[in-house]
Amino acid sequence: MNVSVLPGPAAVVRERPAKTYLTEGGRTLSSWLLTTDHKRIGLLYLYSILLFFTIAALAAAMMRLELITPPGDMVTSQTYNKLFTIHGTLMVWFFLIPSIPAVLGNFVIPMMIGARDVAFPKLNLLSWYLFNLGGLFALYAVTFGGVDTGWTFYTPYSTSFTNSHVVTMAAGVFIAGFGSILTGLNFIITIHKLRTTGMTWSRLPLFIWSLYATSVILVLATPVLAITLALMSLEHIWGVGIFDPSLGGDPILFQHLFWFYSHPAVYIMILPGMGVVSETIPCFARKPIFGYHFVAAASIAIAVLGFLVWGHHMFVSSQSIYAGIIFSLLSFLVSVPSAIKVFNWTMTLYRGSISFSTPMLYALGFIGLFTVGGLTGLFLAAIGLDVHLTDTYFVVAHFHYIMVGGMVTAFMGGLHYWWPKITGRLYPERLGQLAALTMYLGFNLTFFPQFILGYLGMPRRYHAYPPEFQIYNVLSTAGASILGAAYLLPLIYLLWSLKHGKRAPANPWKATGLEWQTTSPPPKHNFDTPPIVDSPPYQYSPEAQEEMVHG
Amino acid sequence: MASALHPLEEQFDDPVQQHEAATLGMWTFLATEILFFGGLFLGYITYRTIYPDAFAEASRHTLVLFGTLNTAILLTSSLTMALAVRAAQEGKPKSVVRFLLLTILLGLCFLAVKGLEYHEDIQEHLWPGPHFKAGLPVQAQMFWFLYWAMTGLHAIHVTVGLGLLSVIAWLAHRGLFSSAYFTPVDISGLYWHFVDIVWIFLYPLLYLIHRYS
Amino acid sequence: MSATVVPVKSYLRIWLMLMLLLLLTWGAAQFNLGKFNLPAALTIAVLKMVLVVLFFMHVRSQKGLLRVFVIAGFVWLLIMIDLTLTDYLTRRSVPENAVWTWEHGAWPAPEQKKHDPR
Repeated sequence: MNVSVLPGPAAVVRERPAKTYLTEGGRTLSSWLLTTDHKRIGLLYLYSILLFFTIAALAAAMMRLELITPPGDMVTSQTYNKLFTIHGTLMVWFFLIPSIPAVLGNFVIPMMIGARDVAFPKLNLLSWYLFNLGGLFALYAVTFGGVDTGWTFYTPYSTSFTNSHVVTMAAGVFIAGFGSILTGLNFIITIHKLRTTGMTWSRLPLFIWSLYATSVILVLATPVLAITLALMSLEHIWGVGIFDPSLGGDPILFQHLFWFYSHPAVYIMILPGMGVVSETIPCFARKPIFGYHFVAAASIAIAVLGFLVWGHHMFVSSQSIYAGIIFSLLSFLVSVPSAIKVFNWTMTLYRGSISFSTPMLYALGFIGLFTVGGLTGLFLAAIGLDVHLTDTYFVVAHFHYIMVGGMVTAFMGGLHYWWPKITGRLYPERLGQLAALTMYLGFNLTFFPQFILGYLGMPRRYHAYPPEFQIYNVLSTAGASILGAAYLLPLIYLLWSLKHGKRAPANPWKATGLEWQTTSPPPKHNFDTPPIVDSPPYQYSPEAQEEMVHG
Repeated sequence: MASALHPLEEQFDDPVQQHEAATLGMWTFLATEILFFGGLFLGYITYRTIYPDAFAEASRHTLVLFGTLNTAILLTSSLTMALAVRAAQEGKPKSVVRFLLLTILLGLCFLAVKGLEYHEDIQEHLWPGPHFKAGLPVQAQMFWFLYWAMTGLHAIHVTVGLGLLSVIAWLAHRGLFSSAYFTPVDISGLYWHFVDIVWIFLYPLLYLIHRYS
Repeated sequence: MSATVVPVKSYLRIWLMLMLLLLLTWGAAQFNLGKFNLPAALTIAVLKMVLVVLFFMHVRSQKGLLRVFVIAGFVWLLIMIDLTLTDYLTRRSVPENAVWTWEHGAWPAPEQKKHDPR
C-alpha cells in the first residue's frame, strides 16, 4: 500500500485554457443570470445554498450555545422552537436536497455521460429561479418572526395553534420543491437520452446511477409534499378540518402524507453522497470498484424500498400496530442495499493502492460515519426500542451521522475532487487534509455524546434539561465549535485557491471518467468532439498514482 | 423532429432524440401530477373508509347531471385533442387550429358548467364552515371539503391547459408546426388527456357513491 | 412520434366506447350492488383511462421505456394508498380485551401488595 507524497514533477500548468465556460458566453452578470449552461447553473446553486447553510448553521450554533447549561437561560422556549425549525427547514430543503444534485450533479452529469448539456437547459435555469423564489419566502418567514412548528409541521399545532409564519414557510418549500422536481426530471431524461456513443448503462459511472435514483425520488415524492403543505396551509388559514379531530379529521393523515415524502427525501439526502464516494474510492485506491453491478442495483433498490418505510417515523403516533409491524419489517429490508454498498466500498479499498488525499479522507470518513448512522437506524426500526428512543437525542444523533457525517462529508469530498475541474485550480492539499481530519473529529465530538443523551432519555427539541445531562451537552457544543472551524477552513482556502492556487491540468488525479478528458475548466460545450466509450468504468491501475498532481 | 423554423437544440444529436426526450419529459411531469392529485385522493380514500355513511349521504347532494355532462364534455375534448395532434401529424395547420379551438371551446364549456354547479352548491350551503347545510352528519363537511379541493385543483389544471392550448393554437396559426415538427402539440395533448383522466376518476368518486334509492 | 397516422374512424370508435362506458358508469350507480358499487365504478373508470392512455395518448405504439414511465406514477400512487390503508383498515383490530394488567395475569404490577389487610 503506497502513501502519496506531495506533488511529484508532473505537468506544470502555467495558463488557463483559451476558452472555458467561465469566459465563453460572456462575463457580465446577465450572462450568468440568463445562462443555460449547466456548469454555470451548478455554480449559481453553490452560491445560493451557501447562504442558506450559513443561516441554518448560525441557528444551530445558537441552539448549542443554549444547551451548554441546563436551564433555558439564553433564549425562551418559543425562540428555541423557532431556532430548530429554521435549522431544519433551511438545512433540509435549501441546503442538503439541492447540494450534491444541483451543484455537483448539474456540473458533472452531462460531462460524465459525454453530453453537451442537460436535456432541458432552460428548465434547468427555471429550477434555480424557483429555488431562489422559494428561498425568498423562507427568508421572509425567518426574518419576520420565524416558524416554531419544527421542520415537520405536525398537525394540529401547525394548523390550529401556531401563530408563526408557517404558511409563508410552506409556500417557500412548495416553490423550491417544484424546482427540485424539475431538476430530477431533467436528470432522468438526460441520463436516458443523452449518453454518448458506447456509454451503455453498464458503463455509466456510479455517480450517475446514484443521481438517477435520487432523481426518481425527487420526481415521485416531492409532489406529495407539495399537496401536503397546501392542505396544511388551507387548514391553517380556513380551519377546513382535514386534520382536525373535532371536525372528523385525523392528524395522523398529515403524518402519513408528510412522511411519504420525507422518508424518501432522506434518501435524496444520502444517495448523491454515496455516488461521490463511489467515484473517489476507486480513484484514490487505484482499483476498479468491487461489484459495480451490485452498487448500481443497490442505488435503485434504495430509491424504491425507501418509499415503503415511512411509517417508522410514526410508531408512537397511534398508527395501527399492524401497520407499524409492516413498516418495521420493511425498514430492516431497506438497510440491506446500503450495507451492500458499504461492503463494496470496503472491498474496493482492500489491496488497493491508497493515497490519503483529501477526497479519499472524506470518503473514508463517510464510510465510517454513515455506517454508524445506518446501524443506529436499525435500532430505531425495531418498534420496541423505538418506543424509548423516539423523540430523543438518539434520533437527532442518528440522522446527523447520516446527513452531516455522510452527505455533507461526501459533498465536501466531491467539491474537492471536482474543484480542479470546476475552477482550473488546485486547492492546498495539506490544508485540505487538515480540514477533513478536523471535521471528522469535530463531528464525532458533537454527535456521539448525543447518542448517549438519547439513550439516557433526553428529549429532542427542548431548550432546558435536567442537570445530569450537562456533561454530554457541553461535549457536544465543544465539538460543534470545532466542526464550525472545520467548515470555515475550506471556505477560506478554496476561495484563496481561485486566485492563488496552482493551475490544474485536465486530469490531476489521473481519474477515469469522461469529465477528465476535457480541459480544466472545461469549454462551454464540454467536448470539442463527442467522446466515444469502449470500455467499462474505473479501469484504474496503481502505476499512474505517482503521476497525481496535488496543490 | 426539427424544421427550419425550429432548429435542433444543441444538446441533442438528432430530431428524433429531441422529440423522444420531450415525450419522456412530459410523461415524467405527468407522473408528478399523479402524485400531486394523489395526496387528495389519499385523503378521500382515508375518510371514505372511516366515514362511509357520511360520505354516501354527502355525495347525494352533488349535482350528478352537471357531473355527467362534464364528463361527456371532457371525454369529447380528448377526442378533439387527439384529432388536433393527428392533423399536425398530417401537416394540416388549419385543421390543427380548428381542432384545438374546438378543444378549448369544450374546455370552456366544462368550466362554465362547473361554475354553474359551484353556484348551485353554494346556494345549497355545501361550503364547509359554520354555515354548512344543516341536517348532514359532521363528517359530510369532510366530503365537501374534498369535493371543493379536488374539483378546484382540477379546474385550475383545466384553466392552465386552456392557456397552454391557446398558445399552441396561436403558434399553429403562425405556421410553426409541420408534419416534421409538431412536438408542442403532441405533448400539450398529453397534458390535456391527463386532465381528462383525473376527471374520469373524480366523477364516480364524487358523484356516484350512493345514487340508488 | 408515430410513423403511421391513425385514421379518424379509430379515434371516433374510441370516443364512442368512452361514451358507452360513461353511460355504464352512471347506469350501474343507479342500482344497489352492495359492496360492488365501488369496484364496478372504479373498474369502468380504469377502462376509460386505459383507452385514453393507449389510444389518445398513443402509448400503444410507443417503446417499452415509455410504458415504464407511464406505469410508474400509478404504481407509486398505489404504494401510497395501500400502505396508508394498512393503518386505517387495522386500527380497530386490536381486541378490546388486550389489556395488559395484573388482573389478566399478564405481569404483576410493581408495588402491589399480595394480601391487603383491608
